[in-house]
Amino acid sequence: MNDLRRWLRAPWFGPLLALGLLYALFAALAPDTFARSANLLTMLRQTAVTGVASVGMTLIIVLGGIDLSVGSAVALVTVVVAECLRSGMNPLPAAICGIFAGGALGLFNGALVTGLKISPFIVTLGTMSVLRGAAKGIADEQKIDADPHGIDHLMQTHGHLLGVPPGVWLMLASSVFGVVLLEYAKIGRQIVAVGSNAETARLCGISIPKTTLFVYTLAGLFVGLAGLLEFSTLTVGDPTDSVGLELDVIAAVVIGGGSLAGGQGSAAGALAGALLLTVIKAGCTHLGLPNWVQEIFTGFIIVIAMSIDKLRQRAR
Amino acid sequence: MSSPRGEAILRAAGLAKSFGATRALSNVELGIYAGEVHALLGENGAGKSTLLKILAGAQSPDEGSLELFGQPYRPRDPEQARELGVAYVAQEPAICADLSVEENILLATLPARFGFVDRRTAARRARAALEQVFPEGASVPALARPVRELGQGDRQLVCLARALAHENCKVLILDEPTSTLNSRETERLFAVVRGLTARGIAVLYVSHFLEEVERIAQRYTVLRDGQFVHSAELAATTRSELVQLMAGRQVAELFPRSARTPGEIVLELSELAGEKLPISASLALRRGEVLGIAGLLGAGRTELLRAIFGLNRVKSGTLQVKAVLGPASPAHRLAQGVGLLSEDRKGEGLAESLSIGDNIVLSKLESLGRFGFVSPKKRTDVARSYLQRLGIRARGPDQLARDLSGGNQQKVCFSRLLQHGADVLLLDEPTRGVDVGSRADLYRIIDQLAARGNAILMVSSYLPELIGVCDRVSVMVRGKLGRARPVSELSEHALLLEATG
Repeated sequence: MNDLRRWLRAPWFGPLLALGLLYALFAALAPDTFARSANLLTMLRQTAVTGVASVGMTLIIVLGGIDLSVGSAVALVTVVVAECLRSGMNPLPAAICGIFAGGALGLFNGALVTGLKISPFIVTLGTMSVLRGAAKGIADEQKIDADPHGIDHLMQTHGHLLGVPPGVWLMLASSVFGVVLLEYAKIGRQIVAVGSNAETARLCGISIPKTTLFVYTLAGLFVGLAGLLEFSTLTVGDPTDSVGLELDVIAAVVIGGGSLAGGQGSAAGALAGALLLTVIKAGCTHLGLPNWVQEIFTGFIIVIAMSIDKLRQRAR
Repeated sequence: MSSPRGEAILRAAGLAKSFGATRALSNVELGIYAGEVHALLGENGAGKSTLLKILAGAQSPDEGSLELFGQPYRPRDPEQARELGVAYVAQEPAICADLSVEENILLATLPARFGFVDRRTAARRARAALEQVFPEGASVPALARPVRELGQGDRQLVCLARALAHENCKVLILDEPTSTLNSRETERLFAVVRGLTARGIAVLYVSHFLEEVERIAQRYTVLRDGQFVHSAELAATTRSELVQLMAGRQVAELFPRSARTPGEIVLELSELAGEKLPISASLALRRGEVLGIAGLLGAGRTELLRAIFGLNRVKSGTLQVKAVLGPASPAHRLAQGVGLLSEDRKGEGLAESLSIGDNIVLSKLESLGRFGFVSPKKRTDVARSYLQRLGIRARGPDQLARDLSGGNQQKVCFSRLLQHGADVLLLDEPTRGVDVGSRADLYRIIDQLAARGNAILMVSSYLPELIGVCDRVSVMVRGKLGRARPVSELSEHALLLEATG
């Protein structure tokens, strides 16, 4: 009984329920196309980039921060990976270069936030533009064609476990990592403490700058992984790619129970939120609804999810 | 200062600390002994908070020496102070509401293995700490419970448990620990404190409630205007001597009282109830009088003022301001000549990033020009007249409000009400965070306003001030406002008893 109540209260419960309901709704409306297992797989693949990035964003939002530079960083990572491959690097080192490039960008954001004591919103608003420009500069404002040397397999279905592409497994693993880190690791609880009440955390000997740097760097590594998956999908380095991705990622975290005031958020909830966004998009497509309807629908879902969450919090 | 029981555990001598041009502490002495409760007394702005922060390691002194067990004591941060044996519990419970009880207690020293929280050790240590602060038989909150679900009293005890989670806690600093507690929770806290001193822990206890201090503490130190005044046994000192040591002057001098003649009733409440608080409030306020409202924090006093001013919804009861019956919006209240001075000066009272002049004219811009324009010259003239009239110490009308001291900021807030032409003034803790000098000015201003026929309703937690300034005082207890009585029939003691009853 008590366990049941704890489940009901868990931050990821609401979005998961909404996800199930919407899936059922679209499956009922378009049983021939939407409900097919191939479509399920497609939707999982379409969620991978947002899902992986949302793990990092969850950490940042729980800390009380925000990162608006995710879309630009993902584009820059696709460019970095493509450049590495074109210069003759093997795929594994190229992939690692991409992930670490993401980590470095995260560290850069974190260093600006702690060093200059500027709000993360402003810092990442700035780096959003800086990184986009850097990506275009490196790529000479063009798409970079490079033989993916098998990196494209990350997002392909054939020949993999249960027919599920490795990218989707990576997304699930990232999510599990995020849950374990925030719930069970000491550093995770310290992140929650800082986001919940930074002054108290400081008085208890938790270093706010170190925690901030750690979180932004780790989040950057997830952005790097997301960028790698994006390259795997595109098979080119595209500096104009993923504009506005950060808004989807933030929406996923917030739908998943994250509070922009800090202290609250769940990597599992964020994954459910990311899937929810994909289901809406895919469902509308299967029903033949035009793009603008999808966008309006998505917007309403975000606002409705938030107001339900607010009611739930007040009920506690 | 001779020692009652051998050597002091913690001793401070010649401490000084300045913030910019403001001298917060100078030449402060303090000696705390094992197993005693030592009261640190002083008015707001006397330097208590600064001294506590220095002892707790949150700030470092400019001059002077600190010794702990005879060794030089210079903690670099609160965590190191705690390791050395000095723990600090702030007035507002410093908690992370999103974390569990257990995590809040062990926040500084969360046990971990390979980076993962060691739940079993954590639970054992948290439980041990909690058992020290929850008296036997009390219901101890579950360790896994999020702290956001706990009440104020339990939150306070969680903070106390955190302080004691360090095994070598020798000195415990409690800053106004009872200000957010009800009387039952206060008794529970006292029992805990007595238990701790019995184990040899020294407690430095800061409180405004002298009644409380006399019950729990053995010795005291008084600070005034950042300076050491006196230290002695409490048993050898009377209450009025304490008050005089703290105030530094006879109470009569601090509170001028001109001849006031009560006129017609301008504010009348009958059984007024708000959404949650107040539960029931009836009063009649006349021109030319100051009516005080005493009570504990959270009794519903602020909510009452907000309901009158239209900031909170009125649920039932009647409310009449001058000829107007019923609730009204804040804009209408202002138009009727009602002004509210918020207790939250930074949050609600002032636009800190605006200049003094802008702040003073903010609510009545239309009087400063035509066709929707504001004349800078008129604004400056108006502001300058208030600087002079209320004795606001500032470089000029263009100085930013945030750069002023608390007392001068409060005078700017007063100026706005006067500039607006409000004659029914709702004052919420008008002297909170205001130094003694400015406080005397504010008392003088309030007295003059009353003498000129303004009606003033004043909420305060500082009892000498209520008795000194008001004509009548009522006490609010858990949302219910008592009958107003003339101050001649009242004493601090009686008010306190009624408020905590």
